[in-house]
Amino acid sequence: MPYKIISSQCTACSACEPECPNNAIREKNGTYIIKPEKCTECIGYFDDPQCVAVCPVENTCVVDSSVARYQA
Amino acid sequence: MESKDLDERRARAPLSVSARAIFEHKGCGSAGGSGKASCGSSMAPADMAPGVWEKIKNHPCYSEEAHHHYARMHVAVAPACNIQCNYCNRKYDCANESRPGVVSERLTPEQAARKTLAVASAIPQMTVLGIAGPGDPLANPEKTFKTFELIAREAPDIKLCLSTNGLALPDYVDRIKDLNVDHVTITINMVDPDIGARIYPWIYYQHKRHTGRDAAQILHERQMQGLEMLTERGILCKVNSVMIPGVNDRHLVEVNKAVKSRGAFLHNIMPLISAPEHGTVFGLTGVRGPTAQELKALQDRCEGQMNMMRHCRQCRADAVGLLGEDRSSEFTTEKVMESELAYDGAARRAYQAAVEDKRNEKLAAKEAELESLRGRGADIAILVAVATKGEGRVNEHFGHAKEFQIYEVSALGAKFVGHRRVDLYCEGGYGEEDTLPTIIRALNDCTAVLVAKIGGCPQATLKQAGIEPVDSCAHEFIDAAAIAYYKTYIDRVEKGEITHLPKGDAAIRQGAYVAA
Repeated sequence: MPYKIISSQCTACSACEPECPNNAIREKNGTYIIKPEKCTECIGYFDDPQCVAVCPVENTCVVDSSVARYQA
Repeated sequence: MESKDLDERRARAPLSVSARAIFEHKGCGSAGGSGKASCGSSMAPADMAPGVWEKIKNHPCYSEEAHHHYARMHVAVAPACNIQCNYCNRKYDCANESRPGVVSERLTPEQAARKTLAVASAIPQMTVLGIAGPGDPLANPEKTFKTFELIAREAPDIKLCLSTNGLALPDYVDRIKDLNVDHVTITINMVDPDIGARIYPWIYYQHKRHTGRDAAQILHERQMQGLEMLTERGILCKVNSVMIPGVNDRHLVEVNKAVKSRGAFLHNIMPLISAPEHGTVFGLTGVRGPTAQELKALQDRCEGQMNMMRHCRQCRADAVGLLGEDRSSEFTTEKVMESELAYDGAARRAYQAAVEDKRNEKLAAKEAELESLRGRGADIAILVAVATKGEGRVNEHFGHAKEFQIYEVSALGAKFVGHRRVDLYCEGGYGEEDTLPTIIRALNDCTAVLVAKIGGCPQATLKQAGIEPVDSCAHEFIDAAAIAYYKTYIDRVEKGEITHLPKGDAAIRQGAYVAA
């Protein structure tokens, strides 16, 4: 399941954008979004999802359970 | 290590008489309490290597003396941060709030460069461009360095500086050096990871979130390494520390020793700003900021070790103007992008030459007053509050003052020891009775307040509170006026007209402005 950003929580600090190994994150309308088809949960790159690790607001980058899990 | 030792020896080397004369001429007197000067870093420039003085003399954040005359601006190009601090809440933004980490809008490097040129053209005494967030400049290295490159190309006379938590600093010291960034500030709140664990819940380092003692240990090592690398390359480094009562207040003496031994030039101990409405961990858990006298006592204690900065306004990451004023609303992106730009380096130099004349005039006035003070008032020291809007003069009305500068005056002269922000007393010509008690709490440790003008009603209330309002020195230079007041004070004490009594403590204002 890919990660998503809760836009009401996002401070648009941009910290996640350069950390994403898949270039799945970009700015849209003053907040940041994750492209679900590009997100790999950082599997194969890092131990932890990078957007979650760097985000300054807890519970802002969360698993989007409405989308199927990434298949490596 | 060898080059550091060499630098230290150089810094301690005695100066020739002619070099001293140059320093005096440049308006940074070497007289003052305990051999310290009123000069900026409150350091006697006679102790300072000439190259260092050249670097700081027009830098309002590095020289107290310069901050009366020269302005700085911050551009908010760096929103991302790589650590979390318990005194910071990145979700918060309020136009009336003046704290680091708070901004109204973020800029691209191109917008920031254009804004810098627009401000430099409109405010010729603006000499310094800093990047201080609202996150960490080195967590946004591309945006930060791109901004510096653009500005260095268009306006090479503007000094560049940045302020960082230090975590990424060792990776970028060489790039900082290559871009001629002369001044770097590192915020260092601890040298003990157990204390650090109470200040930093986590850091993001090498693709991993670290928490607890582990996080603080990494941050500490990176800060010390970064500081040493800056010193080795001759980049001036200021250390900021947030004084958090009950967490690191006693410990900051150790921090002071650690950063001094690694070559930091100036130490700026700032009060924690903490209120529940800020939504910070410290604000929500009731960790309070220090009182004015608690802060001063710690600064005094560290002053024997190294230069202390006491004029920091803890300004926003998008502040524009003299310290203590903020003209950022005049330079919104919209206005800046519309405006016609004409960067005139010659006009800026001419203006700054005139500023130097004023600085010299101010020094001469101070020396004259000091001369007549010689040998008097041996063991009496008082604090005097001053309402000023710049140029080192008593030139602000009591009711228009958004802050008061605090001078400690004794037989040794007048020394800047801090400032107190207050809510405007006077709005639209009418005094606000609610704000007067908060102003009195902020000035409670002062014997007098020197102003350009003051109304009858606040005069009476101030007198009742034991603070003497003085408007006879309107538009005079601050140092000279403070010393002149001190002479009349000790005259009256000697004649038995008044009794010199120790004053109480004062409050450091925490919240947003009531009346902006």
